[in-house]
Amino acid sequence: MSAVAHAPAVTPILEAKGLVKRFGNVTALDGTDFELMPGEILAVIGDNGAGKSSLIKCLSGAQIPDAGQIRMNGEDVAIRSPLEARGFGIETVYQTLAVSPALDIADNLYLGRELRKPGFQGKVLRRLDKKAMRDESKAQMSELGIMTIQKIEQQVESLSGGQRQGVAVARAAAFGSKVVILDEPTAALGVKESGKVLELIQKVRENGLPVILISHNMPQVFEVADRIHIQRLGRRVAVVDPKERTPTEVVAIMTGAAPAT
Amino acid sequence: MASTTTTPSSTVDSPGRSAGLGARIHDTLHDKATLGPAIVLLIALIGFSVFTDRFLAANNLSLVLQQVMVVGTLGIAQTLIILTAGIDLSVGAIMVLSSIVMAKLSADSGVPGVLALLIGLGVGTLCGLVNGILVSRVRLPPFIVTLGTLSIFTALNLYYSQSETIRGTDMSDVLLYTGETFAIGDTRIAYGVLLMLGLFAIVSYSLRATAWGRHVYATGDDREAARLAGVQTTRVLLSVYVVAGLLCAVAGWILIGRIASASPQAGGSANLDSITAVVIGGTSLFGGRGFVVGTLFGALIVGVLRNGLALAGVDVLWQDFAVGFLVLTAVAIDQWIRKVKT
Repeated sequence: MSAVAHAPAVTPILEAKGLVKRFGNVTALDGTDFELMPGEILAVIGDNGAGKSSLIKCLSGAQIPDAGQIRMNGEDVAIRSPLEARGFGIETVYQTLAVSPALDIADNLYLGRELRKPGFQGKVLRRLDKKAMRDESKAQMSELGIMTIQKIEQQVESLSGGQRQGVAVARAAAFGSKVVILDEPTAALGVKESGKVLELIQKVRENGLPVILISHNMPQVFEVADRIHIQRLGRRVAVVDPKERTPTEVVAIMTGAAPAT
Repeated sequence: MASTTTTPSSTVDSPGRSAGLGARIHDTLHDKATLGPAIVLLIALIGFSVFTDRFLAANNLSLVLQQVMVVGTLGIAQTLIILTAGIDLSVGAIMVLSSIVMAKLSADSGVPGVLALLIGLGVGTLCGLVNGILVSRVRLPPFIVTLGTLSIFTALNLYYSQSETIRGTDMSDVLLYTGETFAIGDTRIAYGVLLMLGLFAIVSYSLRATAWGRHVYATGDDREAARLAGVQTTRVLLSVYVVAGLLCAVAGWILIGRIASASPQAGGSANLDSITAVVIGGTSLFGGRGFVVGTLFGALIVGVLRNGLALAGVDVLWQDFAVGFLVLTAVAIDQWIRKVKT
């Protein structure tokens, strides 16, 4: 059924078998398989309605699949909410919903896992340790080379699109211990800003974290991906090596113009 | 408290922003949202003290505070809800229902004052819980939910009270305590005012310095983004409505002290007044932006304006006119402030 390049000899870090997701009469996922290997950038491509977003939402806990299994390091897991996905070390950057604009950079990085002050202030008054969060955020941002931002107390809405995406990627890289998922991270960005984000993605991989990259942009996919997962009509039709295939061939498989062999 | 310096030295140092005066004012207000209301309040205070000599008299200012304490407390509840991009039309109804429960239990059923108070606070919290479940779990729009519960709570209130006012002399002193005053020099301050200020301080701290506060902002800013970032938005919303219900009940206690009785017809304009205070205080009706301290300024601005205009002999209808004008100005400024250069 599906042609898989590099038959997995090592255990995939994240794996799905026969995922099904229906919305009323619409079948978004029709038994999709999926594998992410350690340390790789896996691009997920597909036409509109192929089920890319649904697949990613099932892996990140934003949606619950109707059927199928998800495994991490070979063990069955149930991911029922974004919070649970986090618990498994999966961090996701969503296309349009990456950050909360009215909060500052540090607040965004630590949203949902804020640090409290030690002792009485933290335990009884539940006071946040803003200084620690800001210092850590600063360190994280500079490590990824995005400290062009002047102030960590700056509201995210005052940043450019690329910088915002940078904040979101930094959050994922800082807290993702197993997998980082990026859903169309460059869709709303200009050429120069996209380049920055791609650099970031490669940095994340260099730090040893595998990345799932959902993208429409073929040149970008071919630039950074180690393998390409091609999704069509709710199923995985092929996984190809970008070094062995041309973008034209990949698009042909994606649209169904060519068989997936 | 109201800093009048407009030098935005600490706020504008990022390159790429134009340094024109308009842009600087914009950036300052964008970063320090309570500055605008604070300046307006200061201008109103100075203006009225120049035009009428009775305005600055100690007993007049303490009167303004007493007039503000009910709406101010309701405004805290309303601010929390508006920060989550909601609106609560039932705050006034919860307040009155709670006050009637407290008063009637004490006056007619012989329940000890403290217990009557606690039960009344419980009733308000329960009302908030009903709103919260409908908004956060059933996912109905807050406007519709609170429009419905406004009628329901009002009906319950009229049924339970049988539309009769309960006199202060019939009820426990505990319930009237919020209207008692103590003297600082010539100024008499009501305990209800202290209570209101304390609640402002607590809620302001919670919003600013705790994770819950950050989650309230994030949920109001963009609920789905907050959820995907790992915030339990349903729980956050529910907690906001419950806390708001409790605050409304406290406002009910303060109301009893203020009018030295409990009347089912009291506080008719309280809903809209609380929204007015929030809006003038610079909190955005679209959620995620604003400060509860702004609401205190907002309530004080309205109180000062009405009091000052009344002392100056201006007809009530023109007081309403002025308040309406202020609301529109505040919303227009909010729209301008929200614009962000990208």
